[in-house]
Amino acid sequence: MTQSRLHIPHPPARPGETPDFSYLRIPPAGLAGRPDILAPAEQIETLGTGMVRVLDEHGQALGPWNPHLTPEELRVALRHMVLTRRFDERMQRMQRQGRISFYMKSTGEEAVAVAQALALRPSDMLFPSYRTQGLFVARGKSLVDLMCQCLSNTRDMCRGRQMPIMYHWAEGNIFSISGNLATQFPQAVGWAMAAAIKGEDHLAASWIGEGASAEADFHHAMTFAAVYRAPVILNVVNNQWAISTFQGVAGGEQRTFAQRGPGYGIPGVRVDGNDFLAVYAVTRWAAERARARGGPTLIEHVTYRAAAHSTSDDPARYRPKEEWQAWPLGDPITRLQAHLIALGEWSQERQAALEQQLEGHVTECWKEAVSYGTLSEGPTLDPLSMFADVFAEMPPHLQRQREQLRRLQQQQATAAAGSDAVGD
Amino acid sequence: MAQMNMVQAINSALDVMLGRDPRVVVFGEDVGYFGGVFRCTDGLQRKYGEQRVLDTPIAEGGIVAAAIGMGVNGLRPVAEIQFADYIYPAFDQIVSELARLRYRTAGDFSAPVTIRAPCGGGIRGGQTHSQSPEGIFTHVCGLKVVMPSNPRDAKGLLISAIEGEDPVLFFEPKRIYNGPFDGDPHKPAVPWSSDPRGEVPEGHYAIPLGKAEIVRPGSAATVITYGTMVHVAEAAVRLAGIDAEIIDVRTLVPLDVDTLCTSVCKTGRCVIVHEATRFSGFGAELSATVQEQCFWHLEAPIARVTGWDTPYPHAFEWEYFPGPARIAAALRAVTERDA
Repeated sequence: MTQSRLHIPHPPARPGETPDFSYLRIPPAGLAGRPDILAPAEQIETLGTGMVRVLDEHGQALGPWNPHLTPEELRVALRHMVLTRRFDERMQRMQRQGRISFYMKSTGEEAVAVAQALALRPSDMLFPSYRTQGLFVARGKSLVDLMCQCLSNTRDMCRGRQMPIMYHWAEGNIFSISGNLATQFPQAVGWAMAAAIKGEDHLAASWIGEGASAEADFHHAMTFAAVYRAPVILNVVNNQWAISTFQGVAGGEQRTFAQRGPGYGIPGVRVDGNDFLAVYAVTRWAAERARARGGPTLIEHVTYRAAAHSTSDDPARYRPKEEWQAWPLGDPITRLQAHLIALGEWSQERQAALEQQLEGHVTECWKEAVSYGTLSEGPTLDPLSMFADVFAEMPPHLQRQREQLRRLQQQQATAAAGSDAVGD
Repeated sequence: MAQMNMVQAINSALDVMLGRDPRVVVFGEDVGYFGGVFRCTDGLQRKYGEQRVLDTPIAEGGIVAAAIGMGVNGLRPVAEIQFADYIYPAFDQIVSELARLRYRTAGDFSAPVTIRAPCGGGIRGGQTHSQSPEGIFTHVCGLKVVMPSNPRDAKGLLISAIEGEDPVLFFEPKRIYNGPFDGDPHKPAVPWSSDPRGEVPEGHYAIPLGKAEIVRPGSAATVITYGTMVHVAEAAVRLAGIDAEIIDVRTLVPLDVDTLCTSVCKTGRCVIVHEATRFSGFGAELSATVQEQCFWHLEAPIARVTGWDTPYPHAFEWEYFPGPARIAAALRAVTERDA
């Protein structure tokens, strides 16, 4: 008699072991074909098993997916990616110094957010996850605004109601980040359905990690997107790790995440997520498809979470320290930089100057942001503001509670003034 | 004026709003071609087209999530959850997303979504087609919660819900879709045409959310209730022969505390009635509010008459249902006790 046993997926290496990414199938750059934008999902299933790659190891752009961007466009992209990384590193340090309560870096994943923001139109609506701050940077949101949110200060866009990094930007068409993972995925589909109902040509895009793809929201998003052929781009950022949990536990062991697409009738495209040009080109393909009534596309971005999950996490407890160095798809910033250098449009000197300039910019932004207050030292917003925006208009029970808090504050202030007087 | 049952009144509200406001869209399971399992959306797809009245996959979480996205994109979605018992797969989208979107973005994003859901028992629906989960949602900050007790209110309140800027959970007591129900399942069904509250204006009118209604003035005690139980309470008052004032809460959030408490301060006695289970039910909130506001006027402890704290049983529906006899007994208990 054979007894059942659970299969427990394991990462190839734990702390102290040698990193091993042999589980990844990585075809050479330039190999993947670029199908017609209206090709039926079932005819292009190989896009979900292979990997769209444009940049090779020598910085050359190869094959039919090369988006042929101008050197100036590439330099702008590089700048956004470097700025995102400089911003992340500064905020991490500020968290370590106790200036902000929490932070999450996107190190190693900058190409995904920056390339996609640049490949879409400003009128397209973005439903971000918590590690896509590059969307805000590439769309031009002021770093001061992002920092003020992390500081919960007097200029905080969330008015002190959200922990750091839960940004939003209505004017920039970027939706609010939720701490409940994957909820934004089917919401993006609803937004796209509304665009179609209204007969507009805007599309929506959303991002989740491979870990959150196990949530029912993923299935809801895929089903609704497929049924109504909604103009939406659904991105799974497979950075190999969901906190300590290897992507195999999210279901990535037998099939790629992109391969889930064709099961719903949606093209699934697997892309080298550290290849700026490939991410840009695949996003453009999906956007053209959506705008031509071709419906949704699922994109799996193969990348690596180089940093800890958050400032509350220590990855040395569950994965080898050297894994990032061994990651076979490299660093997205280094790769784009190498491409520009290979084109004769960039140099190490210009890179150094850019890094220095952006570091200075981040410093200036931080100085301005803290001038509007910090959570620990103030000033903060009036706590009575916490009662606003629960409803469009404040109902009587909230008015009463606000009045209760106001009176309490008044009594405390009076008592404090009294004890000061005694002290004098 | 027209004679309408509650299904027709709800259909009329949706019709009026689809006609007046191109941003209104209506969707849910079986609501399109078929017109809904309770017929509330009958004929609307034919009249307004498939882009505005549509069938959805069986995925309540997806339905509410899509509604949120549509609301953010400028539409006014009215989503139907086929039975309130099926709402739980959408719980995260309702509680974590819909209810708090305006708050978490300091007003920069919001989604004016109305979620309709038939609720309540008395239809041999067993424990998966009889629930009254309204109390769960009254505990969530940022949701308005409505339960009408008659066709006239159902239409006016639903129009207010769709026109408002806040998300609304609109619970429809399905036992009274076709006629008022006094709690006696053995009597012949009474149609809404025999009740003045089945007289419904055909065009647009709104009944503001947050206003309770005194459906029967009285001086001996106050019965606070809503939904189907309004009619059961009326029967109980007749049965007990006690001149009680009956208040239909209509909107649970925001609650019309003034109307409730003015009445209890006048009568000094209070019975709270709902079909939902008792423990941590909405009656507990009503009871606490009355106690806080009316303590020095109360002549007797506040009584609650509710469903028992069990799942809704299929075979013992009428033993479970808080019928007129139990309400009458509570009325006697609070009025017989001397101050």
